[in-house]
Amino acid sequence: MDNRFDVELVSVTKRYGATLAVDAISLRIPRGTYCCLLGPSGCGKTTTLRMIAGHEAVTDGDILIHGENVSDLPPIKRGTAMMFQSYALFPHMSCLDNVAFSLKMRGVAKKERHSRARDFLALVHMADYADRLPAQLSGGQQQRIALARALINRPRVLLLDEPLSALDPFLRVKVREELKRLQRELSITFIHVTHSQDEAMALADLMVVMQDGHIRQSAPPREVFERPVSPFIARFIGSHNVLRAPHGQIAVRADRCRLGVANDGPHVNGQVIAVEYQGAMVRVAMKTDAGDEVSALVPDQMFYRQPAEPGDLATLVWSEQDTHALMQV
Amino acid sequence: MNVWHKPASDGAPAAGGATSMVRRPASKRRSTRLPPWLVSWFQVGPLALILTVLFALPTTLFLVVSFYDYDRVGIYPAFLLDNYRELLTTPATWRVYVSSLRFALIVWAITLFLGFNVAYFLIFHIRNSITRTIFFLLCAIPFWTSGIIRTIAWIPFLGRNGAFNQILMALGVTSHPLDFLLFSDFAVIVTYVHLFTLLMIGPIANSLSKIDPALLEAARDAGASRWHTMTNVVIPLSKTGITLGSILVFTQVMGDYFVVRQMSGGQSASIVSMLSTEIQAMQYPPASANAMVLVIFVAILVGVMMKVVDVRKELVK
Repeated sequence: MDNRFDVELVSVTKRYGATLAVDAISLRIPRGTYCCLLGPSGCGKTTTLRMIAGHEAVTDGDILIHGENVSDLPPIKRGTAMMFQSYALFPHMSCLDNVAFSLKMRGVAKKERHSRARDFLALVHMADYADRLPAQLSGGQQQRIALARALINRPRVLLLDEPLSALDPFLRVKVREELKRLQRELSITFIHVTHSQDEAMALADLMVVMQDGHIRQSAPPREVFERPVSPFIARFIGSHNVLRAPHGQIAVRADRCRLGVANDGPHVNGQVIAVEYQGAMVRVAMKTDAGDEVSALVPDQMFYRQPAEPGDLATLVWSEQDTHALMQV
Repeated sequence: MNVWHKPASDGAPAAGGATSMVRRPASKRRSTRLPPWLVSWFQVGPLALILTVLFALPTTLFLVVSFYDYDRVGIYPAFLLDNYRELLTTPATWRVYVSSLRFALIVWAITLFLGFNVAYFLIFHIRNSITRTIFFLLCAIPFWTSGIIRTIAWIPFLGRNGAFNQILMALGVTSHPLDFLLFSDFAVIVTYVHLFTLLMIGPIANSLSKIDPALLEAARDAGASRWHTMTNVVIPLSKTGITLGSILVFTQVMGDYFVVRQMSGGQSASIVSMLSTEIQAMQYPPASANAMVLVIFVAILVGVMMKVVDVRKELVK
């Protein structure tokens, strides 16, 4: 079989009674990809992940891993491993036993499974905590243990359910880097569910944006950011202005917009409603005369040469080449 | 005991308001505040009073009387070890203890099996909390009836011409009524199981409800079979409930008087019925000695169980 893909979803559907959680989605994830499933809550991203993991049965369609149909296999036979949002560490076992758990289930002798578990604890820099109980660790440390436990089976695909959501913002950035480093080193596919577009853009090779049980766009982050296909995508990934144009809606990146004087180029008139200083950039939020909310991300130097105040009348300008036409969905 | 709903998180409602009220720095407006040590005494007081009056004093009384001398007409202050010596050297005592322990072990095994499975079903298989509450009520409502009535109710059911024998004969399972159903060890065990299974369900369900269902998925994800998930994850995490339930069932069976008398048809005796015979004969000192031995015996049993599982440590979580 074709083995260029780690994971393939073939019109996978999940129905809970009358509710359609995931509606016939298809997706191919190439070898060794960091894939982020991104979307607002209730979009079906977690259900999709759980179906790939084998913790949720598919109602219809097929899931292939390394070309093999795994739709009806239990998790361990799929070659997947899941890292749970709550980490789901066994509270009565030491970190070492937590990591060694799946080896124990496979009947590996105690001495060997402990020595292998120690290797994986070292991989996540937790070798010194082998004998601690999970409750004695911080959230970030617990997560490392959960990661080691998921990796010890050498999965072909690692599934991460909102792995960063329980961490504080500072730690989040650090762990994010580490996940990416691990994925590169292990060169296996990671599928990472998140509702944060920052996280997805920072990590993903393949960004899959979902809404209402459908995949709305799946592409590298840069493509999604530069060419969002629909108003929903443009709004969801942020830093885009969605505007009405004669031939349907258009998107313009906020950092390509300036406050200025209307010339021949595209522009829209409105009133400044908020000014946010963000360090390198200043975000100027405006309400257009048509009632749309738009914003411009202006480099700080440029902004302070001609500062604006809430209440000022202003014109938002951009150049024609930055206009991106959106598909109507 | 939070057996009705699964808590959303581990949010322990435990040691709440009272202690924090004491720790809060005294506000200046309320100068009539009680000193903290007095507040503590008020908090401990009611329970201490009940335990002293209803437990410590009577037990001390038994202890004192158990060393007294007696004859057919009265009891006389003394310090004799004869009551204990007689009790412990009579073969009947040992027989009764062995018989009670045997009942306790059998009933413990059956109620543990039933109680664990019922609790597991209620907690992990029923997702709707209203349905779960209804099922818990179905388990609990029979408990609102007196144990004596529930014991006696088995007699017309299990009797020689009872409902169960009639059903068996109507189904052609047996041609003549089964005699072992009533006034037998079987009847005693059935009644015990009926009376005490809820004592297992409650504490075990409480422990199980604190287990994050994601742990079961994590175990499955790691390749654990259902059986391995049970032995490696669920049972270790519910051992507090198992221990508490076991203590309740064991002490109930060891302290039973009525069920054995009613259901065994005089074929078995219980420790307490031995004791009651002595009381009826007005032999208070040997009865006291008997009671003391029973209390010590049960205390040791409970102590051993608590040693195996540190219930107090688990309860404060």
